[in-house]
Amino acid sequence: MQVDKIEMGTVIDHIRAGKAAKVMKILEIGENYPHRVAILINVPSKMMKTKDIVKIEGKVVSEEHANIIALVSPGASINIIRNSAIEKKFTVALPKEVSGLGRCANPNCITAEGAKTKFRMEGDGRYRCHFCERRSGAEELV
Amino acid sequence: MDVISIRDMEKKDIEEILDSAEAYAAGKKKSPLSGKVLATLFFEASTRTKLSFQSAALRSGMEYIDFLPETSSLKKGESFEDTVKTVEGYADALVIRHPKEGSARLAADILGKPVINGGDGGNQHPTQTLIDLYSIRKSKGRIKGLNVTLFGDLKHARTMRSLAYALGMFEAKVTLVSPVGLEMDPLYVKELEDRFSLQVHVKTEPEFSEADVLYVCRIQQERFADPMEAKRVTERFRIKKDDLKGAKDDLVILHPLPKINEIEGAIDGMKQARYFEQAHNGVPVRQAVLEYALHK
Repeated sequence: MQVDKIEMGTVIDHIRAGKAAKVMKILEIGENYPHRVAILINVPSKMMKTKDIVKIEGKVVSEEHANIIALVSPGASINIIRNSAIEKKFTVALPKEVSGLGRCANPNCITAEGAKTKFRMEGDGRYRCHFCERRSGAEELV
Repeated sequence: MDVISIRDMEKKDIEEILDSAEAYAAGKKKSPLSGKVLATLFFEASTRTKLSFQSAALRSGMEYIDFLPETSSLKKGESFEDTVKTVEGYADALVIRHPKEGSARLAADILGKPVINGGDGGNQHPTQTLIDLYSIRKSKGRIKGLNVTLFGDLKHARTMRSLAYALGMFEAKVTLVSPVGLEMDPLYVKELEDRFSLQVHVKTEPEFSEADVLYVCRIQQERFADPMEAKRVTERFRIKKDDLKGAKDDLVILHPLPKINEIEGAIDGMKQARYFEQAHNGVPVRQAVLEYALHK
């Protein structure tokens, strides 16, 4: 399967198989995104057996934003592309705090009414909602 | 200083409030809050919390203004955020009860004046927990080392979760007794055990022979899918006078109220029944909370 190189944008590799759609959601790339996006699902991988890859043209993802991807796919690697070359490469790490993204698993949380979400990671790696105090696993937030 | 969650408070803060409440109750303390205005915003029903806050304000020389949702601009669709921002300009502190969990925290984040959580959905009711601790300490002289049995619907009662947390902080021994399906969230129990080395015993049959304090809450029949099962469980978890024969003579029975039928009426007159006194303790404790919130 051949996908064109991009001149400027982000390539997200080593995404857990089946999680590409959630990565797109985290990056808020939907049907109105104006540039090319390639989504590869269940790509054979020596390390992971199968993985997903997302190539996004025209969007450079910040490290802070990229780290949210770790909620659904720890170990995903981010390649920032400029002038058709890799400018920066890093592996996502679970963020200590998630703010303004994700949703609380508690349907009765005040954030379900539209308040901006905020979660903090606790010692055991689970996240606590700043508002309703409900604890959730990382993947439950997205 | 906001009072939103018992989790935000350290043991020394709680002890300071309990000591202050004791001084207010004994008439040994004059409140420094004369002339201040308290706003009570209760977006859902309350008897004890609202009235005892208003009484505490008056006894502290404060005035209070009361927000009534049914006659307010909520009816015109005004948001919670806009409502509290508006009221902030009319008062020195706000007490808020709201059915949505996290609402008091949201208000505290957007307001500059102190916010006191009067109960946010099934999450927290910190001033009730302070009243519970005060009532236990007043009745037994201490909290540390006491056997406290939490009895009833431990899954849905916010008072039980907050109290269990505070009891862990004060090194009490906790026994959880609830019907099958209404147990306290095991992840929460594990968190308490890990955080405080709290000794927790879990039982699904009514039993409190070892208890120094029996804290009862209502089993909500509407939580059961089968009405017959609801009736059977509530009957089995109804405390009757005969059940107290095996209990310690100096047992203290507490209940956050309102109680419906989970405690037999004949128990109300027994020396162990301290729940109305507990409700009355709400005034000095909330006087102390107001001072803490406005002067810390």
